[in-house]
Amino acid sequence: MLRIDNVNTHYGPIQALHDVSVEVKQGEIVTLIGANGAGKTTLMMTICGDPQATSGTITFDGEQISGIPTNKIMQKGLAIVPEGRRVFGGMTVEENLSMGGYFRDKAEAAETIEHVLELFPRLRERYSQRAGTMSGGEQQMLAIGRAMMSKPRMILLDEPSLGLAPIIIQQIFDIIQKLRDEGVTIFLVEQNANQALRIADRGYVLEHGHVVLEGSGADLLVNEDVQKAYLGG
Amino acid sequence: MTETSLYVIQQLINGLTIGSTYALIAIGYTMVYGIIGMINFAHGEIYMIGSYISFIVIAGLLGMGFISLPVILIVALIVAVVIASTYGWTIERVAYRPLRGSNRLIPLISAIGMSIFLQNYVALSQSSRDVALPPQITGGWTFGDPSVFEVSFSYMQLLIWSATLLVMVLLTLFISRSRMGRACRACSEDLGMTNLLGIDTNRIIALTFIVGAALAAIAGLLLGLYYGVVNPYIGFIAGLKAFTAAVLGGIGSIPGAMLGGLILGVTEAMTSAFFPSEYKDVVSFGLLVLILLFRPSGILGKPEVEKV
Repeated sequence: MLRIDNVNTHYGPIQALHDVSVEVKQGEIVTLIGANGAGKTTLMMTICGDPQATSGTITFDGEQISGIPTNKIMQKGLAIVPEGRRVFGGMTVEENLSMGGYFRDKAEAAETIEHVLELFPRLRERYSQRAGTMSGGEQQMLAIGRAMMSKPRMILLDEPSLGLAPIIIQQIFDIIQKLRDEGVTIFLVEQNANQALRIADRGYVLEHGHVVLEGSGADLLVNEDVQKAYLGG
Repeated sequence: MTETSLYVIQQLINGLTIGSTYALIAIGYTMVYGIIGMINFAHGEIYMIGSYISFIVIAGLLGMGFISLPVILIVALIVAVVIASTYGWTIERVAYRPLRGSNRLIPLISAIGMSIFLQNYVALSQSSRDVALPPQITGGWTFGDPSVFEVSFSYMQLLIWSATLLVMVLLTLFISRSRMGRACRACSEDLGMTNLLGIDTNRIIALTFIVGAALAAIAGLLLGLYYGVVNPYIGFIAGLKAFTAAVLGGIGSIPGAMLGGLILGVTEAMTSAFFPSEYKDVVSFGLLVLILLFRPSGILGKPEVEKV
């Protein structure tokens, strides 16, 4: 569904990704693990065209998306829950969600809002509250809800567990699995490798901008190198 | 009432009148700054162009024998707003958009260049001398004891107050309720994220230039009628004043621009009440220096947090 072929990305003169190739198939949860600064977020953002890859191709559902502007890419059935959530703090939950469904038909977007509120009852309680006044967990739920608003076939999640309490992390991972059960393909970046690999069908390990390892979630979980580097084993 | 207190009331009325128009122009600065973080120094010129176009339309309609003043004013308003907005949109398109993503100083220099270009373009096409229009809206109310001091509140001032109030209410509704207005707010909070939601942020940026220019054109019409004179250089000083108002209220904040405009107008009027009126510019720009030194985020602005 999503194919990343030999992608290189630069920030000015600094090369952040080296010949990265990753594939995510329809209906899968695929996770990308790696240390701080390995290029995980860069890869996520490169898929969204911000920054654009300097070489290589990215295709989504058979259509090339590398080289086209970010806002056009994001209208093709792809949505992102970015690192640090980036909810609009001065805007209410309702307004944040409506921004997620901006380019959709009003009635259809209203239906999706209802679906999001069913999935996250907490957001219904906070519906008219400003996002900036909510807890980190609630903001993360809002960021996921906002991504769902465009009715994407695939969601990119960048460190959704960062800075959250263990009980909230569990809820977020439950939601991710629920989304997959609804037919949404998931590409998940995590530092919390243990939990990510447990729910993932497949995983990739990124080091210094190179993919160094790939395999099924279960295989990576027992892999010695992965255990040493990312699972504290 | 004593003469002094009546005089202060008169200056307050005058100050709020000028302050309203500063506020109208300041909104254009603040909206653009809020979204793309640049000061559009050509914005004062949009106000000047709005003023010229209103003059041309009013003089033209009067010359053609129209006598209904409301009709003339509404036509002038529509034409000035449409043409000024076109200028605003075009400036963004040709002078700023191609430079987006470069160093912050570069669009600023482009804006100053655009400002000089527009001034000279109007000076060449319309002559650089003052153009006058006889007062269209005369009369008003007076109160106070004629033997002490008579306070006057003219119909023209009432028009400026009510037009500004109406525009502010409409703008507030647009920003808080409409789909595009909300997208404007989303852009000013996080432009990159708004883009990541599939929203065409270039269109939203263009929209803020159009809205800002429309408001400046309204100010151009109102102040043109109030003073009865335009020349190609009025945009420079009005632009600086409105910029000061925007910084005073907190650049990036729309209520801040409204408040800053009123405070600046009243401050100037009070200064010229008790000191030679030449000092009013000294005081306004002195105020700018003081804000920048002691409260750079302005009255209603949020302190800028640099993201790491």
